[in-house]
Amino acid sequence: MISVPATETIIEVTYLIATALFILSLKWLSSPTTARRGVFAGEIGMLLAIVGTLLHHGIVEYKWILIALVLGSIIGVPLGEVAMTAVPQRTALSHAFGALCVTLVGTAEFYLRAPGVPPFMMAVLSMEVILGSLTFTGSLMAAGKLQEILPQRPITYKGQNFVNLGLLGVAVVVAGVLVAHPEKMQLFPVIVGIPLVFGVMMIIPIGGADMPTVISLLNSYAGLSAAAMGFVLQSKLLIIAGALDGASGFILSVNMSKAMNRSFSNVLFGAFGQEQTSTAAGSKEARPVRSATPEEAAAILAAANKVVIVPGYGMAVAQAQHKVRELYDALTKRGIDVKFGIHPVAGRMPGHMNVLLAEADIPYDKLLDMDEINGEFPQTDVALVIGANDVTNPAARTDPSSPIFGMPILDVDKARTVMVIKRSMGAGFAGIENPLYYMDKTLMLFGDAKNFVGSIVRELAGGHG
Amino acid sequence: MKLDILTSLYVFMLAAFIGFEIIRRVSPLLHTPLMSLTNALDAIAVVGAIILAGEYHEHGALLAKILGTIAIVAATSNIVGGFLITDRMLRMFKASGPRKP
Repeated sequence: MISVPATETIIEVTYLIATALFILSLKWLSSPTTARRGVFAGEIGMLLAIVGTLLHHGIVEYKWILIALVLGSIIGVPLGEVAMTAVPQRTALSHAFGALCVTLVGTAEFYLRAPGVPPFMMAVLSMEVILGSLTFTGSLMAAGKLQEILPQRPITYKGQNFVNLGLLGVAVVVAGVLVAHPEKMQLFPVIVGIPLVFGVMMIIPIGGADMPTVISLLNSYAGLSAAAMGFVLQSKLLIIAGALDGASGFILSVNMSKAMNRSFSNVLFGAFGQEQTSTAAGSKEARPVRSATPEEAAAILAAANKVVIVPGYGMAVAQAQHKVRELYDALTKRGIDVKFGIHPVAGRMPGHMNVLLAEADIPYDKLLDMDEINGEFPQTDVALVIGANDVTNPAARTDPSSPIFGMPILDVDKARTVMVIKRSMGAGFAGIENPLYYMDKTLMLFGDAKNFVGSIVRELAGGHG
Repeated sequence: MKLDILTSLYVFMLAAFIGFEIIRRVSPLLHTPLMSLTNALDAIAVVGAIILAGEYHEHGALLAKILGTIAIVAATSNIVGGFLITDRMLRMFKASGPRKP
Protein backbone atom coordinates (compact mmCIF):
# COMPACT_ATOMS: atom_id res chain seq x y z
CA MET A 1 0.00 0.00 0.00
CA ILE A 2 1.27 3.47 -0.80
CA SER A 3 0.85 6.05 1.89
CA VAL A 4 -1.76 8.77 1.63
CA PRO A 5 0.62 11.69 1.05
CA ALA A 6 2.40 9.76 -1.73
CA THR A 7 -0.90 9.09 -3.50
CA GLU A 8 -1.80 12.75 -3.21
CA THR A 9 1.50 13.70 -4.83
CA ILE A 10 0.92 11.22 -7.65
CA ILE A 11 -2.51 12.73 -8.26
CA GLU A 12 -1.10 16.24 -8.34
CA VAL A 13 1.56 15.13 -10.83
CA THR A 14 -1.03 13.56 -13.14
CA TYR A 15 -2.91 16.90 -13.05
CA LEU A 16 0.30 18.75 -13.89
CA ILE A 17 0.99 16.50 -16.88
CA ALA A 18 -2.65 16.75 -17.97
CA THR A 19 -2.43 20.55 -17.89
CA ALA A 20 0.68 20.54 -20.08
CA LEU A 21 -0.96 18.11 -22.50
CA PHE A 22 -4.08 20.30 -22.74
CA ILE A 23 -2.00 23.33 -23.66
CA LEU A 24 0.00 21.31 -26.21
CA SER A 25 -3.25 19.91 -27.56
CA LEU A 26 -4.50 23.39 -28.47
CA LYS A 27 -1.08 24.43 -29.73
CA TRP A 28 -0.94 21.48 -32.13
CA LEU A 29 -4.37 22.38 -33.40
CA SER A 30 -2.89 25.46 -35.08
CA SER A 31 -2.06 23.50 -38.24
CA PRO A 32 -3.93 20.71 -40.04
CA THR A 33 -0.71 18.68 -40.22
CA THR A 34 -0.31 18.43 -36.43
CA ALA A 35 -3.94 18.76 -35.37
CA ARG A 36 -4.67 15.07 -34.92
CA ARG A 37 -1.68 14.79 -32.62
CA GLY A 38 -3.37 17.54 -30.62
CA VAL A 39 -6.49 15.44 -30.15
CA PHE A 40 -4.36 12.53 -29.01
CA ALA A 41 -2.54 14.70 -26.47
CA GLY A 42 -5.89 15.90 -25.14
CA GLU A 43 -7.14 12.34 -24.80
CA ILE A 44 -4.06 11.21 -22.89
CA GLY A 45 -4.27 14.24 -20.61
CA MET A 46 -7.93 13.55 -19.91
CA LEU A 47 -7.30 9.88 -19.20
CA LEU A 48 -4.46 10.70 -16.81
CA ALA A 49 -6.55 13.24 -14.93
CA ILE A 50 -9.51 10.87 -14.56
CA VAL A 51 -7.37 7.93 -13.43
CA GLY A 52 -5.52 10.22 -11.05
CA THR A 53 -8.78 11.43 -9.56
CA LEU A 54 -10.05 7.88 -9.09
CA LEU A 55 -6.97 7.21 -6.92
CA HIS A 56 -8.08 10.00 -4.60
CA HIS A 57 -8.11 8.59 -1.05
CA GLY A 58 -11.26 10.48 -0.12
CA ILE A 59 -13.36 8.51 -2.57
CA VAL A 60 -15.23 5.87 -0.61
CA GLU A 61 -17.71 4.59 -3.17
CA TYR A 62 -16.99 3.74 -6.79
CA LYS A 63 -20.19 2.07 -7.90
CA TRP A 64 -22.08 5.17 -9.04
CA ILE A 65 -18.98 6.80 -10.47
CA LEU A 66 -18.32 3.83 -12.72
CA ILE A 67 -21.96 3.50 -13.76
CA ALA A 68 -21.99 7.22 -14.63
CA LEU A 69 -18.74 6.99 -16.60
CA VAL A 70 -20.10 4.09 -18.64
CA LEU A 71 -23.47 5.75 -19.19
CA GLY A 72 -21.79 9.00 -20.25
CA SER A 73 -19.63 7.11 -22.75
CA ILE A 74 -22.70 5.40 -24.19
CA ILE A 75 -24.38 8.77 -24.69
CA GLY A 76 -21.15 10.31 -26.00
CA VAL A 77 -20.53 7.89 -28.86
CA PRO A 78 -23.60 8.81 -30.96
CA LEU A 79 -22.88 12.48 -30.21
CA GLY A 80 -19.48 11.95 -31.78
CA GLU A 81 -20.98 10.40 -34.88
CA VAL A 82 -23.51 12.97 -36.04
CA ALA A 83 -23.49 14.21 -39.65
CA MET A 84 -21.20 17.13 -40.40
CA THR A 85 -24.18 19.36 -41.19
CA ALA A 86 -25.43 18.69 -37.64
CA VAL A 87 -22.17 19.66 -35.93
CA PRO A 88 -23.45 23.12 -34.88
CA GLN A 89 -26.41 21.73 -32.92
CA ARG A 90 -24.20 18.99 -31.48
CA THR A 91 -21.78 21.64 -30.29
CA ALA A 92 -24.59 23.66 -28.72
CA LEU A 93 -25.84 20.51 -27.00
CA SER A 94 -22.39 19.76 -25.61
CA HIS A 95 -22.17 23.32 -24.23
CA ALA A 96 -25.45 22.54 -22.48
CA PHE A 97 -24.05 19.29 -21.01
CA GLY A 98 -20.87 21.01 -19.84
CA ALA A 99 -22.89 23.77 -18.21
CA LEU A 100 -25.23 21.22 -16.61
CA CYS A 101 -22.29 19.45 -15.00
CA VAL A 102 -20.90 22.70 -13.63
CA THR A 103 -24.27 23.88 -12.30
CA LEU A 104 -25.03 20.58 -10.56
CA VAL A 105 -21.63 20.42 -8.90
CA GLY A 106 -21.93 24.07 -7.85
CA THR A 107 -25.36 23.47 -6.33
CA ALA A 108 -24.20 20.43 -4.37
CA GLU A 109 -21.08 22.27 -3.17
CA PHE A 110 -23.24 25.09 -1.83
CA TYR A 111 -25.47 22.82 0.21
CA LEU A 112 -22.48 20.84 1.51
CA ARG A 113 -20.69 23.99 2.67
CA ALA A 114 -23.61 26.21 3.75
CA PRO A 115 -24.23 28.10 5.93
CA GLY A 116 -20.60 29.08 6.57
CA VAL A 117 -19.41 29.94 3.04
CA PRO A 118 -16.67 32.63 2.99
CA PRO A 119 -17.47 35.71 0.83
CA PHE A 120 -14.98 35.10 -2.00
CA MET A 121 -16.05 31.48 -2.21
CA MET A 122 -19.71 32.49 -2.32
CA ALA A 123 -18.97 35.02 -5.06
CA VAL A 124 -17.26 32.53 -7.38
CA LEU A 125 -19.84 29.90 -6.53
CA SER A 126 -22.59 32.32 -7.55
CA MET A 127 -20.76 33.09 -10.78
CA GLU A 128 -20.41 29.37 -11.43
CA VAL A 129 -24.11 28.58 -11.06
CA ILE A 130 -25.38 31.78 -12.75
CA LEU A 131 -23.19 31.31 -15.84
CA GLY A 132 -23.73 27.56 -15.77
CA SER A 133 -27.50 27.62 -15.63
CA LEU A 134 -27.97 30.37 -18.22
CA THR A 135 -25.57 28.55 -20.55
CA PHE A 136 -27.49 25.31 -19.98
CA THR A 137 -30.90 26.56 -21.11
CA GLY A 138 -29.42 29.03 -23.62
CA SER A 139 -27.49 26.25 -25.34
CA LEU A 140 -30.51 23.95 -25.36
CA MET A 141 -32.50 26.72 -27.05
CA ALA A 142 -29.70 27.32 -29.57
CA ALA A 143 -29.52 23.59 -30.32
CA GLY A 144 -33.31 23.51 -30.76
CA LYS A 145 -33.22 26.42 -33.20
CA LEU A 146 -30.34 24.89 -35.18
CA GLN A 147 -32.08 21.51 -35.31
CA GLU A 148 -35.21 23.41 -36.39
CA ILE A 149 -37.28 21.94 -33.58
CA LEU A 150 -37.85 25.54 -32.52
CA PRO A 151 -38.68 28.37 -34.94
CA GLN A 152 -35.50 29.98 -36.29
CA ARG A 153 -37.22 33.31 -36.71
CA PRO A 154 -36.37 35.81 -33.97
CA ILE A 155 -39.28 36.39 -31.59
CA THR A 156 -39.36 39.90 -30.21
CA TYR A 157 -41.73 41.91 -28.08
CA LYS A 158 -41.77 45.38 -26.60
CA GLY A 159 -39.55 45.85 -23.58
CA GLN A 160 -37.72 42.58 -24.21
CA ASN A 161 -34.26 43.90 -23.37
CA PHE A 162 -35.64 45.53 -20.24
CA VAL A 163 -37.19 42.24 -19.07
CA ASN A 164 -34.04 40.25 -19.83
CA LEU A 165 -31.60 42.63 -18.21
CA GLY A 166 -33.98 43.00 -15.27
CA LEU A 167 -34.00 39.23 -14.76
CA LEU A 168 -30.22 39.01 -14.84
CA GLY A 169 -30.00 42.03 -12.55
CA VAL A 170 -32.22 40.35 -9.95
CA ALA A 171 -30.03 37.21 -10.03
CA VAL A 172 -26.87 39.28 -9.53
CA VAL A 173 -28.42 41.24 -6.64
CA VAL A 174 -29.58 38.05 -4.91
CA ALA A 175 -26.07 36.61 -5.38
CA GLY A 176 -24.74 39.76 -3.73
CA VAL A 177 -27.06 39.23 -0.75
CA LEU A 178 -25.84 35.64 -0.46
CA VAL A 179 -22.21 36.78 -0.46
CA ALA A 180 -22.99 39.04 2.49
CA HIS A 181 -25.34 36.56 4.22
CA PRO A 182 -24.53 33.01 3.12
CA GLU A 183 -26.80 31.69 5.87
CA LYS A 184 -29.86 32.78 3.85
CA MET A 185 -29.87 29.41 2.15
CA GLN A 186 -33.45 29.76 0.90
CA LEU A 187 -32.16 32.37 -1.61
CA PHE A 188 -29.89 29.93 -3.40
CA PRO A 189 -32.55 28.42 -5.71
CA VAL A 190 -33.16 31.96 -7.01
CA ILE A 191 -29.63 32.26 -8.47
CA VAL A 192 -30.10 28.94 -10.25
CA GLY A 193 -33.73 29.42 -11.32
CA ILE A 194 -33.61 32.95 -12.71
CA PRO A 195 -30.60 32.34 -14.98
CA LEU A 196 -32.35 29.20 -16.27
CA VAL A 197 -35.24 31.43 -17.39
CA PHE A 198 -32.84 34.11 -18.63
CA GLY A 199 -31.04 31.59 -20.84
CA VAL A 200 -34.30 30.87 -22.67
CA MET A 201 -35.28 34.54 -22.95
CA MET A 202 -31.81 35.46 -24.21
CA ILE A 203 -32.00 33.14 -27.25
CA ILE A 204 -35.66 33.78 -28.19
CA PRO A 205 -34.92 37.04 -30.06
CA ILE A 206 -31.88 35.66 -31.90
CA GLY A 207 -32.29 34.50 -35.50
CA GLY A 208 -30.66 31.57 -37.29
CA ALA A 209 -28.09 33.70 -39.08
CA ASP A 210 -26.66 34.99 -35.80
CA MET A 211 -26.00 31.48 -34.49
CA PRO A 212 -22.22 31.49 -35.20
CA THR A 213 -21.80 34.36 -32.74
CA VAL A 214 -24.20 32.94 -30.19
CA ILE A 215 -22.57 29.50 -30.16
CA SER A 216 -19.17 31.11 -29.66
CA LEU A 217 -20.47 33.26 -26.85
CA LEU A 218 -22.08 30.28 -25.10
CA ASN A 219 -18.77 28.45 -25.54
CA SER A 220 -17.06 31.27 -23.70
CA TYR A 221 -19.65 31.23 -20.88
CA ALA A 222 -19.29 27.46 -20.51
CA GLY A 223 -15.52 27.91 -20.15
CA LEU A 224 -15.83 30.71 -17.62
CA SER A 225 -18.31 28.76 -15.51
CA ALA A 226 -15.90 25.81 -15.46
CA ALA A 227 -13.07 28.13 -14.41
CA ALA A 228 -15.29 29.46 -11.60
CA MET A 229 -15.87 25.86 -10.55
CA GLY A 230 -12.08 25.51 -10.46
CA PHE A 231 -11.93 28.40 -7.98
CA VAL A 232 -14.60 26.78 -5.81
CA LEU A 233 -12.88 23.38 -5.80
CA GLN A 234 -9.42 24.97 -5.74
CA SER A 235 -8.35 22.94 -8.73
CA LYS A 236 -5.63 24.48 -10.89
CA LEU A 237 -6.35 22.00 -13.68
CA LEU A 238 -9.97 23.08 -13.89
CA ILE A 239 -9.14 26.79 -13.68
CA ILE A 240 -6.71 26.40 -16.59
CA ALA A 241 -9.00 24.26 -18.76
CA GLY A 242 -11.86 26.69 -18.14
CA ALA A 243 -9.69 29.71 -18.93
CA LEU A 244 -8.50 28.12 -22.19
CA ASP A 245 -12.07 27.34 -23.23
CA GLY A 246 -13.27 30.78 -22.19
CA ALA A 247 -10.48 32.46 -24.16
CA SER A 248 -11.24 30.34 -27.22
CA GLY A 249 -14.95 31.15 -27.12
CA PHE A 250 -14.18 34.82 -26.62
CA ILE A 251 -11.82 35.01 -29.60
CA LEU A 252 -14.32 33.22 -31.82
CA SER A 253 -17.16 35.49 -30.69
CA VAL A 254 -15.12 38.58 -31.49
CA ASN A 255 -14.21 37.10 -34.91
CA MET A 256 -17.83 36.35 -35.69
CA SER A 257 -19.15 39.74 -34.59
CA LYS A 258 -16.48 41.46 -36.69
CA ALA A 259 -17.34 39.31 -39.70
CA MET A 260 -20.97 40.34 -39.35
CA ASN A 261 -20.15 43.96 -38.64
CA ARG A 262 -21.98 43.89 -35.34
CA SER A 263 -21.11 44.42 -31.74
CA PHE A 264 -21.73 41.79 -29.08
CA SER A 265 -24.52 43.79 -27.56
CA ASN A 266 -26.06 44.22 -31.00
CA VAL A 267 -26.18 40.47 -31.52
CA LEU A 268 -27.63 39.85 -28.08
CA PHE A 269 -30.04 42.75 -27.92
CA GLY A 270 -30.46 43.73 -31.56
CA ALA A 271 -32.82 41.17 -33.15
CA PHE A 272 -31.57 41.66 -36.70
CA GLY A 273 -33.96 41.33 -39.61
CA GLN A 274 -36.61 43.43 -37.88
CA GLU A 275 -35.64 46.92 -38.98
CA GLN A 276 -34.68 46.03 -42.53
CA THR A 277 -38.15 45.15 -43.84
CA SER A 278 -38.79 48.77 -44.80
CA THR A 279 -35.66 49.16 -46.94
CA ALA A 280 -36.41 45.96 -48.81
CA ALA A 281 -39.91 47.06 -49.70
CA GLY A 282 -38.73 50.42 -51.07
CA SER A 283 -36.74 49.41 -54.13
CA LYS A 284 -38.80 46.68 -55.70
CA GLU A 285 -38.62 47.75 -59.34
CA ALA A 286 -37.70 45.03 -61.80
CA ARG A 287 -34.14 45.66 -62.98
CA PRO A 288 -32.69 43.65 -65.83
CA VAL A 289 -30.35 40.79 -64.99
CA ARG A 290 -28.39 38.55 -67.33
CA SER A 291 -28.86 34.84 -66.91
CA ALA A 292 -27.13 31.84 -68.43
CA THR A 293 -27.71 28.14 -69.04
CA PRO A 294 -25.48 25.34 -67.74
CA GLU A 295 -23.94 24.99 -71.23
CA GLU A 296 -22.97 28.66 -71.31
CA ALA A 297 -21.65 28.52 -67.76
CA ALA A 298 -19.58 25.43 -68.55
CA ALA A 299 -18.11 27.11 -71.64
CA ILE A 300 -17.09 30.19 -69.67
CA LEU A 301 -15.56 28.09 -66.87
CA ALA A 302 -13.66 25.93 -69.38
CA ALA A 303 -12.12 29.05 -70.93
CA ALA A 304 -10.91 30.42 -67.57
CA ASN A 305 -7.44 30.16 -66.09
CA LYS A 306 -8.40 30.94 -62.53
CA VAL A 307 -11.71 30.24 -60.81
CA VAL A 308 -12.72 31.09 -57.25
CA ILE A 309 -15.76 29.32 -55.84
CA VAL A 310 -17.61 31.13 -53.04
CA PRO A 311 -19.86 28.74 -51.12
CA GLY A 312 -22.50 29.86 -48.64
CA TYR A 313 -24.75 27.98 -46.31
CA GLY A 314 -27.26 27.61 -49.18
CA MET A 315 -24.80 25.20 -50.80
CA ALA A 316 -24.85 22.98 -47.72
CA VAL A 317 -28.64 23.18 -47.45
CA ALA A 318 -28.88 21.99 -51.07
CA GLN A 319 -26.35 19.22 -50.20
CA ALA A 320 -24.36 20.36 -53.23
CA GLN A 321 -20.86 20.00 -51.78
CA HIS A 322 -20.18 16.65 -53.46
CA LYS A 323 -21.26 18.00 -56.87
CA VAL A 324 -19.01 21.00 -56.21
CA ARG A 325 -16.14 18.60 -55.63
CA GLU A 326 -16.86 17.00 -59.02
CA LEU A 327 -16.78 20.46 -60.57
CA TYR A 328 -13.48 21.13 -58.79
CA ASP A 329 -12.05 17.86 -60.17
CA ALA A 330 -13.29 18.55 -63.72
CA LEU A 331 -11.80 22.05 -63.79
CA THR A 332 -8.53 21.06 -62.11
CA LYS A 333 -8.11 18.27 -64.67
CA ARG A 334 -8.20 20.90 -67.41
CA GLY A 335 -5.36 22.73 -65.70
CA ILE A 336 -7.58 25.47 -64.29
CA ASP A 337 -6.55 26.94 -60.93
CA VAL A 338 -9.54 26.50 -58.60
CA LYS A 339 -9.72 27.92 -55.10
CA PHE A 340 -12.46 28.44 -52.55
CA GLY A 341 -13.15 31.72 -50.78
CA ILE A 342 -14.67 31.16 -47.35
CA HIS A 343 -16.35 33.95 -45.43
CA PRO A 344 -16.08 33.56 -41.63
CA VAL A 345 -19.85 33.34 -41.24
CA ALA A 346 -20.45 30.92 -44.11
CA GLY A 347 -22.17 28.14 -42.20
CA ARG A 348 -23.84 27.88 -38.85
CA MET A 349 -20.76 27.99 -36.63
CA PRO A 350 -17.17 29.24 -36.98
CA GLY A 351 -15.28 27.17 -39.56
CA HIS A 352 -18.31 25.04 -40.43
CA MET A 353 -17.98 25.52 -44.22
CA ASN A 354 -14.39 24.25 -44.17
CA VAL A 355 -15.52 21.05 -42.48
CA LEU A 356 -18.31 20.53 -45.02
CA LEU A 357 -15.91 21.01 -47.95
CA ALA A 358 -13.21 18.86 -46.38
CA GLU A 359 -15.83 16.14 -45.96
CA ALA A 360 -16.43 16.34 -49.73
CA ASP A 361 -12.68 15.67 -50.19
CA ILE A 362 -11.67 19.14 -51.27
CA PRO A 363 -8.04 19.67 -50.23
CA TYR A 364 -7.71 22.10 -47.32
CA ASP A 365 -4.96 24.13 -48.98
CA LYS A 366 -7.56 25.23 -51.56
CA LEU A 367 -9.82 26.62 -48.82
CA LEU A 368 -8.82 30.23 -48.24
CA ASP A 369 -10.33 32.57 -45.71
CA MET A 370 -11.59 36.01 -46.62
CA ASP A 371 -8.39 37.94 -45.96
CA GLU A 372 -6.31 35.50 -48.01
CA ILE A 373 -8.59 35.33 -51.03
CA ASN A 374 -9.66 38.96 -51.39
CA GLY A 375 -6.35 40.01 -52.92
CA GLU A 376 -6.77 37.37 -55.63
CA PHE A 377 -10.14 38.40 -57.07
CA PRO A 378 -8.76 41.03 -59.51
CA GLN A 379 -6.72 38.25 -61.19
CA THR A 380 -9.65 35.84 -61.16
CA ASP A 381 -11.43 35.02 -64.41
CA VAL A 382 -14.59 33.59 -62.89
CA ALA A 383 -15.99 33.93 -59.38
CA LEU A 384 -18.70 31.31 -58.89
CA VAL A 385 -21.04 32.09 -55.99
CA ILE A 386 -23.06 29.13 -54.73
CA GLY A 387 -25.71 29.75 -52.10
CA ALA A 388 -24.10 32.86 -50.64
CA ASN A 389 -25.67 36.31 -50.77
CA ASP A 390 -25.01 39.03 -48.21
CA VAL A 391 -21.33 38.13 -47.81
CA THR A 392 -20.79 39.05 -51.50
CA ASN A 393 -22.83 42.26 -51.45
CA PRO A 394 -20.66 45.15 -52.69
CA ALA A 395 -23.06 47.60 -51.03
CA ALA A 396 -21.23 46.73 -47.80
CA ARG A 397 -18.23 48.58 -49.27
CA THR A 398 -19.90 51.34 -51.28
CA ASP A 399 -23.32 52.27 -49.93
CA PRO A 400 -23.29 53.97 -46.51
CA SER A 401 -27.08 53.76 -46.35
CA SER A 402 -27.05 49.95 -46.58
CA PRO A 403 -27.78 48.10 -43.34
CA ILE A 404 -24.71 45.95 -43.92
CA PHE A 405 -22.39 48.87 -44.76
CA GLY A 406 -18.95 48.21 -43.28
CA MET A 407 -19.38 44.43 -43.09
CA PRO A 408 -16.28 42.70 -44.46
CA ILE A 409 -17.22 40.89 -47.67
CA LEU A 410 -15.66 38.69 -50.32
CA ASP A 411 -14.84 41.03 -53.23
CA VAL A 412 -16.27 38.77 -55.94
CA ASP A 413 -17.33 41.85 -57.94
CA LYS A 414 -13.63 42.45 -58.71
CA ALA A 415 -13.37 39.23 -60.72
CA ARG A 416 -13.68 39.47 -64.51
CA THR A 417 -16.89 37.45 -64.61
CA VAL A 418 -19.21 36.64 -61.72
CA MET A 419 -21.63 33.72 -61.82
CA VAL A 420 -24.25 33.32 -59.11
CA ILE A 421 -26.22 30.12 -58.64
CA LYS A 422 -29.49 31.06 -57.00
CA ARG A 423 -33.04 29.75 -56.89
CA SER A 424 -34.67 33.09 -57.67
CA MET A 425 -34.14 36.81 -57.25
CA GLY A 426 -35.32 36.73 -53.61
CA ALA A 427 -33.27 38.76 -51.13
CA GLY A 428 -31.00 37.35 -48.43
CA PHE A 429 -31.85 36.70 -44.79
CA ALA A 430 -31.78 40.39 -43.92
CA GLY A 431 -33.92 41.29 -46.95
CA ILE A 432 -31.13 43.39 -48.44
CA GLU A 433 -30.88 43.97 -52.21
CA ASN A 434 -27.61 42.79 -53.73
CA PRO A 435 -26.37 45.16 -56.51
CA LEU A 436 -23.91 42.45 -57.55
CA TYR A 437 -26.72 40.70 -59.43
CA TYR A 438 -27.34 43.69 -61.71
CA MET A 439 -23.74 44.26 -62.78
CA ASP A 440 -22.86 43.78 -66.46
CA LYS A 441 -20.23 41.18 -65.63
CA THR A 442 -22.66 39.09 -63.59
CA LEU A 443 -24.48 36.06 -64.94
CA MET A 444 -27.31 34.61 -62.89
CA LEU A 445 -27.63 30.84 -62.99
CA PHE A 446 -31.15 30.15 -61.80
CA GLY A 447 -31.85 26.77 -60.28
CA ASP A 448 -31.14 24.34 -57.49
CA ALA A 449 -27.46 24.45 -56.59
CA LYS A 450 -26.97 20.69 -56.68
CA ASN A 451 -28.71 20.18 -60.04
CA PHE A 452 -27.12 23.20 -61.64
CA VAL A 453 -23.58 22.27 -60.64
CA GLY A 454 -24.33 18.71 -61.77
CA SER A 455 -25.39 19.99 -65.20
CA ILE A 456 -22.21 22.08 -65.53
CA VAL A 457 -20.12 19.02 -64.65
CA ARG A 458 -21.93 16.95 -67.32
CA GLU A 459 -21.35 19.69 -69.91
CA LEU A 460 -17.66 19.84 -69.07
CA ALA A 461 -17.37 16.06 -69.39
CA GLY A 462 -19.33 16.02 -72.65
CA GLY A 463 -17.24 18.78 -74.20
CA HIS A 464 -14.12 16.81 -73.42
CA GLY A 465 -14.95 13.67 -75.32
CA MET B 1 -2.73 21.02 -1.45
CA LYS B 2 -5.00 24.02 -1.08
CA LEU B 3 -4.71 27.16 -3.16
CA ASP B 4 -5.29 30.55 -1.75
CA ILE B 5 -7.46 33.07 -3.56
CA LEU B 6 -4.62 35.08 -4.98
CA THR B 7 -2.80 32.03 -6.32
CA SER B 8 -6.03 30.94 -8.03
CA LEU B 9 -6.31 34.35 -9.65
CA TYR B 10 -2.70 34.20 -10.85
CA VAL B 11 -3.29 30.76 -12.37
CA PHE B 12 -6.44 31.99 -14.09
CA MET B 13 -4.77 35.10 -15.46
CA LEU B 14 -1.75 33.25 -16.83
CA ALA B 15 -3.92 30.53 -18.38
CA ALA B 16 -6.12 33.16 -20.02
CA PHE B 17 -3.06 34.84 -21.57
CA ILE B 18 -1.73 31.51 -22.82
CA GLY B 19 -5.17 30.69 -24.18
CA PHE B 20 -5.39 33.96 -26.12
CA GLU B 21 -1.90 33.59 -27.57
CA ILE B 22 -2.33 29.96 -28.63
CA ILE B 23 -5.85 30.23 -29.97
CA ARG B 24 -5.12 33.37 -31.98
CA ARG B 25 -2.75 31.18 -34.00
CA VAL B 26 -5.35 28.55 -34.86
CA SER B 27 -6.25 28.89 -38.54
CA PRO B 28 -9.91 29.79 -39.28
CA LEU B 29 -9.84 26.59 -41.32
CA LEU B 30 -9.99 24.63 -38.05
CA HIS B 31 -12.33 26.76 -35.96
CA THR B 32 -15.04 24.10 -35.78
CA PRO B 33 -12.65 21.36 -34.54
CA LEU B 34 -11.21 23.97 -32.16
CA MET B 35 -14.60 24.47 -30.57
CA SER B 36 -15.32 20.77 -30.25
CA LEU B 37 -11.86 20.12 -28.81
CA THR B 38 -12.00 22.90 -26.21
CA ASN B 39 -15.41 21.57 -25.33
CA ALA B 40 -14.00 18.12 -24.66
CA LEU B 41 -11.11 19.56 -22.62
CA ASP B 42 -13.55 21.70 -20.65
CA ALA B 43 -15.29 18.52 -19.57
CA ILE B 44 -12.34 18.00 -17.22
CA ALA B 45 -14.98 19.30 -14.80
CA VAL B 46 -15.72 15.57 -14.51
CA VAL B 47 -12.87 15.48 -11.98
CA GLY B 48 -14.86 17.69 -9.61
CA ALA B 49 -17.98 15.64 -10.19
CA ILE B 50 -16.16 12.37 -9.43
CA ILE B 51 -14.89 13.66 -6.11
CA LEU B 52 -18.33 15.05 -5.27
CA ALA B 53 -20.08 11.74 -6.00
CA GLY B 54 -17.46 9.53 -4.37
CA GLU B 55 -16.42 11.37 -1.23
CA TYR B 56 -17.88 10.73 2.18
CA HIS B 57 -20.23 13.51 3.29
CA GLU B 58 -21.58 13.81 6.79
CA HIS B 59 -24.79 15.46 5.64
CA GLY B 60 -26.21 16.07 2.18
CA ALA B 61 -24.70 12.77 1.05
CA LEU B 62 -27.71 11.78 -1.06
CA LEU B 63 -27.85 15.17 -2.80
CA ALA B 64 -24.12 15.04 -3.51
CA LYS B 65 -24.40 11.52 -4.89
CA ILE B 66 -27.37 12.24 -7.16
CA LEU B 67 -26.12 15.56 -8.54
CA GLY B 68 -22.55 14.27 -8.81
CA THR B 69 -23.61 11.17 -10.74
CA ILE B 70 -25.69 13.16 -13.24
CA ALA B 71 -22.79 15.60 -13.62
CA ILE B 72 -20.38 12.75 -14.39
CA VAL B 73 -22.74 11.44 -17.09
CA ALA B 74 -23.04 14.89 -18.69
CA ALA B 75 -19.29 15.55 -18.63
CA THR B 76 -18.29 12.08 -19.81
CA SER B 77 -20.61 12.33 -22.82
CA ASN B 78 -18.80 15.56 -23.74
CA ILE B 79 -15.38 13.95 -23.35
CA VAL B 80 -16.20 10.91 -25.48
CA GLY B 81 -18.34 12.74 -28.06
CA GLY B 82 -16.02 15.75 -28.23
CA PHE B 83 -12.81 13.81 -28.89
CA LEU B 84 -14.56 11.46 -31.33
CA ILE B 85 -16.04 14.17 -33.50
CA THR B 86 -12.91 16.33 -33.42
CA ASP B 87 -10.82 13.44 -34.68
CA ARG B 88 -13.43 12.57 -37.31
CA MET B 89 -13.37 16.12 -38.62
CA LEU B 90 -9.59 16.38 -38.64
CA ARG B 91 -9.24 13.11 -40.53
CA MET B 92 -11.17 14.70 -43.39
CA PHE B 93 -8.72 17.56 -43.86
CA LYS B 94 -6.33 16.44 -46.59
CA ALA B 95 -3.71 18.35 -48.53
CA SER B 96 -3.95 18.47 -52.33
CA GLY B 97 -1.89 16.60 -54.86
CA PRO B 98 0.39 13.62 -54.41
CA ARG B 99 1.78 13.23 -50.90
CA LYS B 100 4.21 15.96 -50.08
CA PRO B 101 7.16 15.29 -47.77
